[in-house]
Amino acid sequence: MSAQPLTMRAGESADLVLRRATALDPVAGIDAVHDVVVRDGAIAELAAPGEAVAEGLEEVDAAGLHAFPAFFDPHVHLRVPGQEHKEDIETGTRAAAAGGYCGVIAMANTEPPVSTPAAVEALREEARVAASVGVGFLATVSRAMAGEELTEMAALREAGALGFSDDGLPVRSARLLRRALQYQRLCGGTIALHEEDPDLSGEGAMHEGAVSAALGLEGIPSISESTAIARDTALAAYEGGRIHVQHLSAVESVEVVRAAKAAGVQITCEASPHHLCLTDEAVRSLDPNRFKMNPPLRAEPDRQALLEGLRDGTIDCVATDHAPHPAEEKEVPFEQAAMGVTGLETAFAALHTHLVLPGAIELPLLVERLAGGGAPFGLERPSLAPGSEANIALCDLAATWTVGEDGYESRSVNSWCAGEELTGRVLMTLAGGQVAYRLRSFSLGVAA
Amino acid sequence: MRHLLSIEQLSKAEIEAILDRAESFAEVGRRDIKKVPTLRGRTVVTLFYESSTRTSSSFELAAKRLSADLVSVKAAGSSVDKGESLKDTVATLSAYEPAAIVIRHPHAGAAQLVARWADAAVVNAGDGKHEHPSQALLDVYTLRRRLGSLEGRRIWIVGDVLHSRVARSNLIAFRAMGAEVTVCGPPALIPRRLEELGCAVEHSLDRLGEADVVYALRLQRERMRESFVPSLREYAARFQIDSRRLGPRQLLMHPGPVNRGVELSGEAIDSPQSLIAEQVASGLVVRMAILYELLASPEEAPAAAAGDGAARPTPVGQPA
Repeated sequence: MSAQPLTMRAGESADLVLRRATALDPVAGIDAVHDVVVRDGAIAELAAPGEAVAEGLEEVDAAGLHAFPAFFDPHVHLRVPGQEHKEDIETGTRAAAAGGYCGVIAMANTEPPVSTPAAVEALREEARVAASVGVGFLATVSRAMAGEELTEMAALREAGALGFSDDGLPVRSARLLRRALQYQRLCGGTIALHEEDPDLSGEGAMHEGAVSAALGLEGIPSISESTAIARDTALAAYEGGRIHVQHLSAVESVEVVRAAKAAGVQITCEASPHHLCLTDEAVRSLDPNRFKMNPPLRAEPDRQALLEGLRDGTIDCVATDHAPHPAEEKEVPFEQAAMGVTGLETAFAALHTHLVLPGAIELPLLVERLAGGGAPFGLERPSLAPGSEANIALCDLAATWTVGEDGYESRSVNSWCAGEELTGRVLMTLAGGQVAYRLRSFSLGVAA
Repeated sequence: MRHLLSIEQLSKAEIEAILDRAESFAEVGRRDIKKVPTLRGRTVVTLFYESSTRTSSSFELAAKRLSADLVSVKAAGSSVDKGESLKDTVATLSAYEPAAIVIRHPHAGAAQLVARWADAAVVNAGDGKHEHPSQALLDVYTLRRRLGSLEGRRIWIVGDVLHSRVARSNLIAFRAMGAEVTVCGPPALIPRRLEELGCAVEHSLDRLGEADVVYALRLQRERMRESFVPSLREYAARFQIDSRRLGPRQLLMHPGPVNRGVELSGEAIDSPQSLIAEQVASGLVVRMAILYELLASPEEAPAAAAGDGAARPTPVGQPA
């Protein structure tokens, strides 16, 4: 494959020093206060605090702040082409940068879906102009996501498709998925799967359980997800294929993936911040803007199973499933509202507030899972190790802010954290060696 | 009480206050002139997105008996047919400055949204499969008149609980009033984990004899297409309330409209144990009481309405 896996806007390489930052990169074994020196867009040195020579560099007072390897989101909806009223490459990647992300993977369920090499090329062309963080584009598994015929997977890969997914819909036909896994041997490219049995989901609007019983909403049972995963892990095992399970939500699903990994299946999976932080109890408010998505928010045992999966490595990474929708599709009764919430701008702060501060998971683990989203697609991990491309999220763990108070970088406002006060804030993001974001109120020091 | 969105929001005392108010309107209903001037000059909008006979007609008549101006909107034939959103429809109707909006909608939470968008008091007249609080209140009223108190009474709710907003609201209301509730129906028509609402669950009528009250639910004919039940015949054989299953001291209720010969046999409907006609009569006075409670209780009433005088009942929730 000749194409670069990620595409972003060309710009000025960063030259700066993060003075006295607490550098934390558990994978690289870094956890100490350093002057993080970035020269020509690469991490040049982790110097002793206050010791770095800052000549020719912008100087950032990072005392008391944390520098993490920037995050990578393997599951976002940039809505291009066709739904630019919800999001586009510029606004979506700006939202990503504001959340501390250096890269994202865009789903292909657009209008029309990304099913042709020309469509992939056009997206990459646009990203070269508009993307402030690296973007990898997936193509669909089936033509036009109709679930009937395979796309030209090899040609799509040559055009730069990072992998394949019919996300938004499951690959309903086991025969078609089997063919795709066979073809994958020829062209590579991880196949990412939205796992759901549409027959079992029916017209469900939320998790099937005590809350759906109380609200009289049709439920989406957990087994809708777990039975689909069980089928597809069997297919992947049989064909020796490489699959990535998207947005795991249920305890049964975690068990299926854990068993598949133990059996040697080439499988990775992700979980979303909202599934890690919330349960179906939130749906009692009947607020679809914040709490309607697919898969739905599940019950507390499911959430606990996801946390355990995150800790023991069954769940490889955090993915936001950032799904922007306009107000008119959300200001309607719950059952009629569009599925999906935005998450790029709040992922770190929400997980820090809901999980790290109460002690449910440790900060290093969170950083590792947030930065680990590219690995399932064969991408190099963002790293603070000297010599690495500068991909850094600079965060103030003590800062509190109210989500949405200052608006959003995203074009849409359907944040599951809307109105919530969070603790921990991204102040600055370096992506692909460039400064991709800095909080307006956070100023850099003068050049020395 | 600013809105009536669910039974869940009401305490036992609030339920009883509404029922006491309804009693006083029942007294008004026995007079030659059945109308009181309480809501004179104020506007009530009924907004129905689903077909309804009993609920819409009784709310409309209740508003008229209270001397309110009534605007009655049915979704069919209105701008809703032209694709107007609920939010815009509510904005349009709000221009008439209604004191109350009574809404029936096929989706859960619709009344709650209207309450957020409109200044009017909002009455949920049924939202999807979620709640139908005025039905529950009129059912409790009907039973209280017959039994005195629901405390310790055993009530069986039988039939398609899954698709029934009446089942949900009544379960909550009956329990709030001290009754023990059992729901009964085929497993596919009982929501998973419903027992967490505090009821027992049965899948046969074998122990129906324990019940003081049998509350039957409508089984929509299309349910068998989705395999919730294999056939109406099989359903009726196992779950129909007929004169053989209904004991002489048991009371029978149904929210209507009845599928005669499906969930109830003809002779059960026409039996002396049946309260179905009384339920309809209760609907009017209970809905008058709801509108009164929302619009004319002391903290809600504008100065102009306060001088209405003799016909005005004692404010709900205040010492008489």
